[in-house]
Amino acid sequence: MLNYIIKRIGIAIPTLLILIAVTFYLMHAAPGGPFTSEKPLPPQVLANIEAKYGLDQPIWRQMTTYLWGILTEFDFGPSYKYHSRTVNEIIGQGFPITLKYGFWSFVVAIGVGISLGAIAAIRKNTWVDYFAVGISIGAQVLPNFVMAPLLIIVFTLWLGWLPGGGWHGGDWEYLVMPVIALSTSYMASIARITRSSMLEVLNANYIRTARAKGLPTKTIFFRHVFKPSLLPVISYLGPAFVGLITGSVLIDIFFSTGGMGYFFVNAAFNRDYAVMMGITILVGALTILFSLIVDLLYAWIDPKIRY
Amino acid sequence: MIVANKNKIISMAKNLSEDKTTSGRSLWADARTRFIRNKAAITSLFILALIVLFSFVGPYFAVWTYEQIDWNTMGSAATLGMPSIETGHYFGTDDLGRDIYSRVIQGTQISLMVGVVGATIAVVVGTLYGATSGYIGGRTDQIMMRIVDILMAIPFMFVLILLLVVFGRSIVMLFVGIGLLSWLDMSRIVRGQTLNLKNKEFIEAAKATGVSDYKIIMRHIVPNLLGIVAVYATLLVPGIIIAESFISFLGLGVQEPKTSWGALISEGAGTINYDTEWQLLFPLAFFIVTLFCIYFIGDGLRDALDPKER
Repeated sequence: MLNYIIKRIGIAIPTLLILIAVTFYLMHAAPGGPFTSEKPLPPQVLANIEAKYGLDQPIWRQMTTYLWGILTEFDFGPSYKYHSRTVNEIIGQGFPITLKYGFWSFVVAIGVGISLGAIAAIRKNTWVDYFAVGISIGAQVLPNFVMAPLLIIVFTLWLGWLPGGGWHGGDWEYLVMPVIALSTSYMASIARITRSSMLEVLNANYIRTARAKGLPTKTIFFRHVFKPSLLPVISYLGPAFVGLITGSVLIDIFFSTGGMGYFFVNAAFNRDYAVMMGITILVGALTILFSLIVDLLYAWIDPKIRY
Repeated sequence: MIVANKNKIISMAKNLSEDKTTSGRSLWADARTRFIRNKAAITSLFILALIVLFSFVGPYFAVWTYEQIDWNTMGSAATLGMPSIETGHYFGTDDLGRDIYSRVIQGTQISLMVGVVGATIAVVVGTLYGATSGYIGGRTDQIMMRIVDILMAIPFMFVLILLLVVFGRSIVMLFVGIGLLSWLDMSRIVRGQTLNLKNKEFIEAAKATGVSDYKIIMRHIVPNLLGIVAVYATLLVPGIIIAESFISFLGLGVQEPKTSWGALISEGAGTINYDTEWQLLFPLAFFIVTLFCIYFIGDGLRDALDPKER
């Protein structure tokens, strides 16, 4: 187990370094720097600005400085667009918001998804099953950028129950629609995965044995069915996490929640490379960390896997 | 009934007289019967064919092209731009007076193309990569799969947006980005299958007769993978269409006056307050119906082809 952990971390670190290097070189390969505008700056001014941000240094130098800043002080440097702000401040403002609705979406997706899948599997080929499968297929073809406007139309414009956007410190009214829009398609996938793996487990010989022994259905379900059928769900959590983070870009646009996605898109349109780079690297690091946790969890739960 | 039976008897008699043995059913023939029996999949296939046909034939019935501006309805889409046969705007107009009908057709073409091209890249790269990695095995396999692991950990949507911002928005860049993203899962699946196939007798036989590795992969491994590859390619298409729509939705995808479903839905969603529902509903309907169809076809294919499900 310890070997496995070390090996996985051994992959995670180079992955992160490659990600940083690639994004960094991409930024610098871009035609036109962040300070090229329609009205060209006088060369002296431009040179001064570039010197201030260290852009006159050779590229490997810039990169090592950047990397060093991240590693030692967790410092992603200054924003190129908002001169008084650092990337850290921008991330610090947006990240907690994304984290909050992302967390709730995750909880909802897992909770509802597993329950729906389990019910569908237990009541296979009844209307409950068809209903659950129908919902999960429907939710899968409704990506979040379709869900979000539909939710706003129904709940804000027609029914007037919920505010159409804003954050207000994350009151529940402001959380409901972002969470629904973000979690639906992952909930659907989790439900489908749970259903099919649970069906497989329910058909296994040891379940038949348990039934033959005369164990009550409840015991069979919670003691013998539940855990093994969740394994595929766990391996899906990594991709789901990435999807939730990516989806935040959209949630922030639609519901004006002001999370990280908002700053990312803004930076994309302003060509504020420092902010884009900072957010990409942060998201990458989180993804890597999360998939590491998922893998370890998997190894810990699944008795068949030995390292 | 009687006629059918009669025919059957005659053909059986013929077989007997000509001493023909009944031919064995191949995997593909088997799969075809199973697929045809799946009503949802067949209906979906039919609807999808109609949509594709529509995207090619539709322009001939259009009164306006997708970039033409109807100056009469410009700026007053809510009152004058409703869907109507008389004005020639079957699906209504947007606020700039452009015809939604033609724009939906245009968007359908682009979105379907992105889906197909993306899936093709995934199939070609993923199959070759996975088959090579699985077949050679050992250290090469380890390294090749580690590379996939590393690429998988990169938040691709963010990198894609970054690429599009840095190198400018263009459909080629979009394809490059989506191509980078789409083949990873495929290569893993294919590798797993290849590991299974590798130890089969016919591969051993091929090796024993001195067939080169390259030829074994291309002629013996890859054809045997086609079933599972077809299934996963179909299941990939919706994801790719959604990804492209997402990018276009953000305004980073296809450029005006060309459009795609994502861009149209985005416009429609943005103007939802101005009583022009048709701007959202028509592209949305096409989007949802197509994705539904592809999902059902993929499911049908999986039931028909995936050996594990049998």
